[in-house]
Parts: sequence; C-alpha cells; structure tokens
Amino acid sequence: MAIGASLVLAPEALANCCTVKAGGSPNANSIKTLYEIIFGIAVLVFLIVEGALLYAVFRFRASKHPVADQIHGNTRLEISWTVGAAVILVVLTVVTFIKLPSIIDAPNSNANADEVLSASLTAPNPPNGHKLTICVLGRQFIWRYTYGNDCNKQYFNDRLPYSFQEMYVPAGETVDLLIQSSDVIHAWWVPSLGGKVDAVPGYTTYTWFKALKAGALYHGQCAQLCGRQHAFMTALVKVLTPTQYTAWIKNQTTLIEEQNDQVATLRRNLAQQGEPTESF
Amino acid sequence: MGTTDYALRPVPQVLTHEIHQPRTTKKWLDWVMTTDHKKIGIMYLVLTFVFFMMGGVEALLMRTQLSVPNNTLISGEHYNELLTLHGTTMVFLFVVPVMAGFGNYFVPLMIGARDMAFPRLNALSFWLLLAGGIVFYASLLWHPPEAGWWSYPPLSSKQYSPSGGQDAWIFLIHLTGISSLVGAINFYVTIVNMRAPGMSWGRIPLFIWTILIYSVLLIIALPAVGAAVTMLLTDRHFGTHWFDPTDHGSPVLWENLFWFFGHPEVYIMILPGFGMISEVLPVFSRKPIFGYKAIAASTIVIAFLATLVWAHHLFTAPIPIVVLAFFMLSSFLIGIPTGVKIFNWIATLWRGSLVMTTSLYWAIGFIGIFIIGGITGIFLAVFPVDWQLNDSYFVVAHFHYVLMGGAVFAIMAGTYYWYPKMTGRMASERLGKASFWVTFIGFNMTFFVQHALGLSGMPRRIYTYQPDQGWSTYNLISSIGSYILAAGIIMSCWNFLWSFKHGKISGPDPWKANTLEWFTTSPPPPNNFDTIPRIRSVEPMRDIRREIEIQTGVMQKNGGTEQFSRPQPVAAEHS
Repeated sequence: MAIGASLVLAPEALANCCTVKAGGSPNANSIKTLYEIIFGIAVLVFLIVEGALLYAVFRFRASKHPVADQIHGNTRLEISWTVGAAVILVVLTVVTFIKLPSIIDAPNSNANADEVLSASLTAPNPPNGHKLTICVLGRQFIWRYTYGNDCNKQYFNDRLPYSFQEMYVPAGETVDLLIQSSDVIHAWWVPSLGGKVDAVPGYTTYTWFKALKAGALYHGQCAQLCGRQHAFMTALVKVLTPTQYTAWIKNQTTLIEEQNDQVATLRRNLAQQGEPTESF
Repeated sequence: MGTTDYALRPVPQVLTHEIHQPRTTKKWLDWVMTTDHKKIGIMYLVLTFVFFMMGGVEALLMRTQLSVPNNTLISGEHYNELLTLHGTTMVFLFVVPVMAGFGNYFVPLMIGARDMAFPRLNALSFWLLLAGGIVFYASLLWHPPEAGWWSYPPLSSKQYSPSGGQDAWIFLIHLTGISSLVGAINFYVTIVNMRAPGMSWGRIPLFIWTILIYSVLLIIALPAVGAAVTMLLTDRHFGTHWFDPTDHGSPVLWENLFWFFGHPEVYIMILPGFGMISEVLPVFSRKPIFGYKAIAASTIVIAFLATLVWAHHLFTAPIPIVVLAFFMLSSFLIGIPTGVKIFNWIATLWRGSLVMTTSLYWAIGFIGIFIIGGITGIFLAVFPVDWQLNDSYFVVAHFHYVLMGGAVFAIMAGTYYWYPKMTGRMASERLGKASFWVTFIGFNMTFFVQHALGLSGMPRRIYTYQPDQGWSTYNLISSIGSYILAAGIIMSCWNFLWSFKHGKISGPDPWKANTLEWFTTSPPPPNNFDTIPRIRSVEPMRDIRREIEIQTGVMQKNGGTEQFSRPQPVAAEHS
C-alpha cells in the first residue's frame, strides 16, 4: 500500500526508490551492482517466505481446515532449510568477494588526465601511482579540502590550495581522499561517488573515487551525528575537465595568496597600533 | 460469532483457591511494598507502556518536523534532544524492561513456581528502573542530552556536550543497567532451580527458553556498557582521557565497547518476542510447535553469535578490511538460526486450524514484518553495501522493522494473549483487530518508504533537508504514516484500559492453551498454585485436559484435536 501511494505521488523521486545511488565513480557503480544482485536474491526469498506465510494463513484457517494435524517436527525439513539458508549466504559471500576489489582498489587514472600533486601512505594507490590526493578535514559544521596534501598539516608551509564545502576535482583522475576530523566524529558521504567513511579525530581514514563525467555536480552530506547543525554539514563535488581543474587550482592559489597578503598587512597594521595579535 | 466463544465450552478445569490475606488494607501501600512477582510484573508493564507513549510522542514530534523540507518547527538542538530521548527511552525504558515485565509475571507461572527466586531483589529491579526513568526525564526540566543514544565521544564529552543532560543519560544507563542485571540473575536462578517436577530442559516452554537466554545475554553485555559509561563519566568530570583523541584516547574504543553491548542488546530486545510468538502460534494453530528443539537451539546459537557481530555497526570506522570481512560473515551466520525460527513458525501454522484471534493477528503481522527486517539486515551485513546504507534512513527503516514491527508486534501479540490471565477479563477482539490493521498499515507507510529515503541518500539524524533532494514526498508519506501508526497503538492501549473494567470474564483458560499459567485462576492468587502437577511434556495443559477427558469419559476423536478447533456455527448455536 505504501509502495502504491509512493508510486502515485512521487514519480520524480522514483529514480532512487530501489537501488543505491551511483553513476559518478566506478566504486559506486560496483556497489550498485553488488546491491542489485543481493536485491534480486532478497526479492526471491521475500516472495517465497511471505508467500508461504500468506498461503498458510488463508488455507489453514479453522473454517477451511477444522482439524489440525498434530505434527511435532521433521528433521529432514529442518536440515534442508538450514542448509538452504546457508547456501544463499555462501553465494552472497562469494559475490561480495568477487566485487570487492573493484570497490576498494583504486584504478589507474585516465591517460589524458594531467599529473597532479600526489602523495602516499597506506592510502589506496592506483597501480601506476598516478593520482590526486586531497586531505578532507571535517569539523563542526563544514568540510575543508586541501589539494595535493596527505593530511600532513603542512598546508600553510607548502602554501597549498584549499577550499571549503565545495570540492573541485578533475574528471578521469583517481582521487584519493584522506579523511580526518578536528573535533567530533563526522562521516564523509557523497552517495554517487561511493560509500561513506567516518572522519574520526585521531585517525586517518581513506577512500577514493574517480569522477567519470566532467561538468557533473554531486551532493553529499555528513552522515554521523556531529552536533546541532549536523543537517547543514553538506558537501558538493564539482567535476571539471583536467584543463579547467588546473586553471581553477591556479586561480584558487592566487586568491588565497591575495587574502593571505591582505591579512598579513592588516595584522602588521594592528601590531603597530599596539593591538594584541592572535597566533594562528 | 466472536472467535473467543469457544472459551465458554464446558471443559473441566482444575482450579486453585485463594488463601492469602492481604498484608495491609491500603491498596497503594500494598503495591509499593509488594514482592509478588505478578504485581511487580504489572507495574513493569504499566510503567514501560507509559515510557512507550513518551517515546512515541518524541517520534511524532520528529516526524512532524521532517514532514516538509526546511521546516522550522523544531531547532537542531531540540531535534537532537528528541532523537536522544526517543532512542534511549525505547531501548532502555521500554523494550528491554517490558520483556522483564512479561518475564516477571509469567516465568514463575509457566514453570510452576510460587514466585521468583529472590522476590525482594525483584522489587529492587523495578524501583531501579523507575529511578532511572525519573533521573533521565528530569533532564527535560534543565537540558536533555543531545548526543544520540550511542553518545559517541567526543560529541558526548564535556567540551561538546557541557550540559548535565549527558550525565543524566549516564546515570540512566547505570540505574537501568543494575536493574536489568539483578533482574537477569533473578530470572536465571529462578528458571534453573524452581521448575515444576518433571519439567526437564526439553519441556520448558519456549518463552522460558528465550527469557533464560535474554538473562544470559544481559549478564554478558551490560558490564561492557556499564564500564563504558563509567569511563565516559570520568572523562567528563575526573580528568581521564579514555576517549579523548587530543590526549591519546580513542573514540573508536567507545564505539567498540558500546556496540559490544549494543548488538547483544538487539537480541536481548527481540528474543523474548520470539518466545512470545513461539507460545502464541501453537495455541491458535491448535497444533504443537513445529521443531521445538530447533527453535530452542536456534535461540542459543543466536545468543552465541550475538556476541560476535558488534563491529557490523562500525563498518565505516577506521578498521582493517579483514576485520570487516569477519564481521560480515558472523553477521551472515546469525541469519541462519533466525531463518530457522521463521521457517519453524510458518511450519507451525501449516496444516494447523487457525483460530484468528487478535493475538494471532499480531503474531502473523510480526512474522510478515520481521521477514523484511531480516532481509534488509543481510544488505547491511555486506560491508561494501553498508558503506552506502550505514547511517542512512535505510538503517532507520531496517531497525524499526525488527524492533517496532518485530519486538512491538510481538509484545502486542503477547499482551493480547496474556491479558485475560493478568486481568481476568478478555480484551475486546473487535477493537484489537481494528487496532492491528491500523497499526500495520501505519507502520508500513511510515517505515517502508524510509528504505527509499536511505537509498536516495538521506542520512539519519538530520533535523531538516532541502526540497531539491527529492526526499520531500517520501518524508511526507512517512510522517502521515506515523500518525496512523500512533492511532493504531492508542486504540490498543484504550482497549487494555477499557477491557480492564468492561471486558468479558475470561475464566482460567480462555484460549485452551498449552502452558502451566493457564492451570490457575485469572488473575492468579498470590501463591499461584495450590498443587503443581507433574510435567510430562512441553504442553502440560493439553495433557491435563486430555486426562480429565479420559476420566470423565469424553470421547477422544482424532486424538482429541476436535476440542482445539473453533466450534462449528451449528454447534455454537446450541451452546
């Protein structure tokens, strides 16, 4: 009934009624395939078991079946449905482990993607080492992205470009995300680009995506309760062509430098006026 | 013709007689000072249903806030308080203790004992529960906790949750934890030592099996959460750094400790429900339970595996893949004994002669809904898929299917089944069935669409959302459903209140049931039984009835099964 109501009321939302979001990155697509295989098996099991239940309820009512059979059990039947359930689970295990490498192992970047700053830890690493690393830092209630940094906190010394909330990535390039938090636990989740990863203070977690379509814009948001404005801790990932991306990085770097210079000037002036300065 | 009219058929009964003089003439004082397991059980049930209503109101407030995008009815702060109150209330103040309420009332009756092994400890466990509830809800007057019922640090630390509400939460866990622990020890000792003569382990009712395993799991799991909240308390007030990442502490330690308790807790909440279903189905199928040994064994296997699956709540936490794979497989394994139970329940209905009472409606509704909750659990056990579904509305839908549709439907089946025993009166069947249908429709409307919400990328615990996300329609359906669901539950609560004064007198054994509690009067006298029969099977009441029929010369057709069937319309007119 609920399904029926939603079918009538929500044609625009039906795109995601029955399967996980995907389409932005190969790992998300693999998760979707895995989900759909499980979904198929699940629907089958659902129909058989609910069907048996409904049949029993309608067929064996007292009015239609006045005398109950005094059966205490059947060992053969017990063994067969135990084994049956186990077989389904073995199938699911095998399918999961077949699909797993395509979800956790980062693929090569496309040949035409530009080489960008990279670094490596135990983070996912494409076979040819060709990737973009972004440090994702969660804090109440915004995400900060430092481009070309493995979260080694040398942002300012290395004068690396960064942005808040909106992440810009080149299409076709494998993007490694190193995820940290500076206060409470957050979770990084952009559904179309793969599964979520917790940002736990004191830990670095990893994930990756490889955006397939330039010009796409993906929405995500923090998935772990992180405080009063948890609902507004959103993330946007904008996919650019490699050329656009290089231009954007350059522009962003210049903007940051300009702002830094202005702040430095302001601070110098304040210091000369005798105001106490705050150290960053 | 109501389906309960066969209750009026004259079948000889062995009755007990009240021999007790009340200690005091003041009725309320008698309740406060009581150590009678039945009175404590009633107090447990009434109190937990009150908490159920409060948790329900909190849920309705949240659903109202989410019914339209960008709603400003409730602020982020109050929404977080509501979700913390709702989760904590439903888990610690409703589902776990309501099972203890049923256990209190029915364990001694079903095993033929006069009371629990430690009656005063039993009273203590009730009053500690009440104290826990008061401490927790008193925070409403100041500042309720807002870190969720998991209270993950650092969000629950002094720095990010400075208010005393978080401490009230910790105090609640301690008080209800001690309450459940002493209760669990009491159940364990009672079941092991005080069974009727002849009631060997193969003859104890399945509800008793599940209460036994419930107790064992509580004894295993509660110390972990007790330790964890004590560590949180010392972190907050006494300068320790167990969970403080800025000083070599680890929030992941909390996650492990909490869920080492938290997952067995899930089975603590659902196993007694399984037990109730295993009692209700054979009675109204007029047929023995199918595979008694398999159901009892699967309960034990579930309990064992329940302690080995906690990290499937942590699939997105910093944990190596090989550990995730282990917890995926252990979570898969727990699906097997659960599946075995479902198959055995369906096989119990199969070729039975179903007497469609309200209790059976709820029990069948339970199976139908629990199948969905079980299947979505398999999705969540596959860790790469869980990376998409974890902490989304899919998870919210999943655990409401197993806890609301599972445990609560089982509790309703159990309440309708045992209501005549506890009150001496029949609950209204007509209102009960109406309540079932309204609840069933409202429940599925509320929670089925939440699967789709999760798949569309809506995280749980957000207090509002934007209209461009495509979540608005699903949320509206869900919110409307929640009011229908609430109406259904209120109908049943009204039914229980109304029938307490106005229901038909039930007599000792209105359902012609199988277990020993139906051997005594309704409600039972303080001493429960004057004589305790020797137990020869898992269905002592059937044995007793059969014996009496043989002695009184009633013809045994079809092995006596005809007396368990609904009377034919013609026969009913004569009576």
